Amino acid sequence: MITIHRRWARLVSYGLMVFYAAVILFPLYLMLITSLKDNRQIFTRPFAFPNPIEFGGYLRVFTVAHYGIYFKNSTVITLCALALIVFLSALASYALAKYEFRGKTAIYVYFVLGLIVPIRLGTIGILKTMIGLTLFDTIWSLVIVFVAMGIPLGVFILYDFIRMIPEELSHSARIDGCNEHMIFRRIVVPLSQPALATVAIVNFIPVWNDFWFPLILIRSNEVRPVPLATALLFGQFETNFGMVFAVLSLASLPVMTFYLLLSRYFIKGLTKGALKG
Amino acid sequence: MLRQEGKRRWFLVWYILPALVVYTAFMLVPIINSMRLSFFSGDGLIPNEFVGFDNYIKLFAEYPFNERFWNAFFNNIKFFVMVTLYQNILGFLMAVLLTRGLRFSAFLRKLSFIPTTLSVLVVGFLFSMIFNPVWGVFDQILRVLGLESLIRPWLGDRLTALPIVSMVVSWQFFGESIIFYTAGIDAIDDEMLEAARIDGAGFFSEIWHIILPSILPVVGIVTILIFVGDFTQFDIIYAMSTSMGNPGYSTDIFGSLFYRTAFSSPERGGWGMGMGAAVATIMFVFVFVGVGLFLIFFNRRRSKLS
Repeated sequence: MITIHRRWARLVSYGLMVFYAAVILFPLYLMLITSLKDNRQIFTRPFAFPNPIEFGGYLRVFTVAHYGIYFKNSTVITLCALALIVFLSALASYALAKYEFRGKTAIYVYFVLGLIVPIRLGTIGILKTMIGLTLFDTIWSLVIVFVAMGIPLGVFILYDFIRMIPEELSHSARIDGCNEHMIFRRIVVPLSQPALATVAIVNFIPVWNDFWFPLILIRSNEVRPVPLATALLFGQFETNFGMVFAVLSLASLPVMTFYLLLSRYFIKGLTKGALKG
Repeated sequence: MLRQEGKRRWFLVWYILPALVVYTAFMLVPIINSMRLSFFSGDGLIPNEFVGFDNYIKLFAEYPFNERFWNAFFNNIKFFVMVTLYQNILGFLMAVLLTRGLRFSAFLRKLSFIPTTLSVLVVGFLFSMIFNPVWGVFDQILRVLGLESLIRPWLGDRLTALPIVSMVVSWQFFGESIIFYTAGIDAIDDEMLEAARIDGAGFFSEIWHIILPSILPVVGIVTILIFVGDFTQFDIIYAMSTSMGNPGYSTDIFGSLFYRTAFSSPERGGWGMGMGAAVATIMFVFVFVGVGLFLIFFNRRRSKLS
């Protein structure tokens, strides 16, 4: 391992690290403490820890602004989208990774190309299609778009993983009388569980946080997901600072907690491609 | 045997088709559809009057469309350059620092990604509060540091708005650079670094001659991610300076221009779906060509070095 010998270099390095940590944490600290203060505390002692702690902002977000609905919408949308991304990507990756047929490389490249194609640029077409399917202003329009958005990364991660599963396993299963569906269900899926989890985890952030498609595809209040509701409430309660910061904290805490619990998977899933070169 | 092969092939269709259909119908087809619509004009959702390249000519050369378009284009370039400086270059240097086996670097690597997990919208709102002239936490910090003379309406000033927005985006995605670069540097052979050190390479020559060439593909990936992200960015502008790119369009970039053009009412800057489709098509071509050029550049450099 590399070590920096010179003392001053070490000092500068630690100084930079402390500064960087402060730059990351200070805005988040500010967001959380402000959400627990009333307006008087916010203006007189903006940096101090809340004293007394006020839950009024959060309470109003749930009672006045019906935040529960938005949270439920986001949960349903995210769970459906992630389940479908994992399922459809696993099926396609299995077929592409384990069988030889014409055009297979082309199909794989076609899927993976989606990693750099910004789906937003097709928004006008998507809007037209959703209106045609009468899915406009429903959560299902979002689920479908998010599935299309997540498939490239899903196939990219799962293709490599499934290809690594030793062929002997499927071969002996075939001798034991398993057909190809059974091989998928009984061998490939159980062995790929870490990769399937990675696909769900890595897609969680873009799906939960997406603001663009709800902004275009959702009109009614009852079907708004969290990010769209955040924008609305931010404008509506602009002067009630405690409440505004409660809204921002509520939108962030689920993802932050999720990341801190599963950070190993996030980092592995995201950097996988970069290291292959 | 042959018959079994045939049977196997048929089942493959059912495995690939669902993903292929959803992905094609909601990603590729809409983009092609948008491109087609860019040659049409008309009110409402479905422009039906074929106008050839008129929408493009308007965008490039007809007032006021050309003014808005070129303004967004140059703002977007500035935005990309600033984010590259903060997030890519400083991010790389910080990643080098965090791979030297110093204590707490693993912890900081984990910490650095937290902002990236947040919604861009939330980050934008949060910082618009921090730079808000009424509450002005940022101004209060300046006061504590005795820099009161610098205080200004940060997001209301044409000179400072876009740089502040770029800094906020970089703050959020700095962790992305750290994650990719530290993973790349960790994968470099330790012996190579040892050998360089024995040869007496200093810190910066080590970065330039060993680390940078070894992780060039990763540099390429991070650069492309920033490029695509910045030229389709919208949420941060919406949150910090509204979809109008306030003040006075000084933070208007491609993403906000596209949103206004296609989806806003005429009095809020809407120019109809046909024009919106033209903006989207130009963005698509720009991003596609840009990514292609970056790929060629990074591959050339790599083959030169090896």
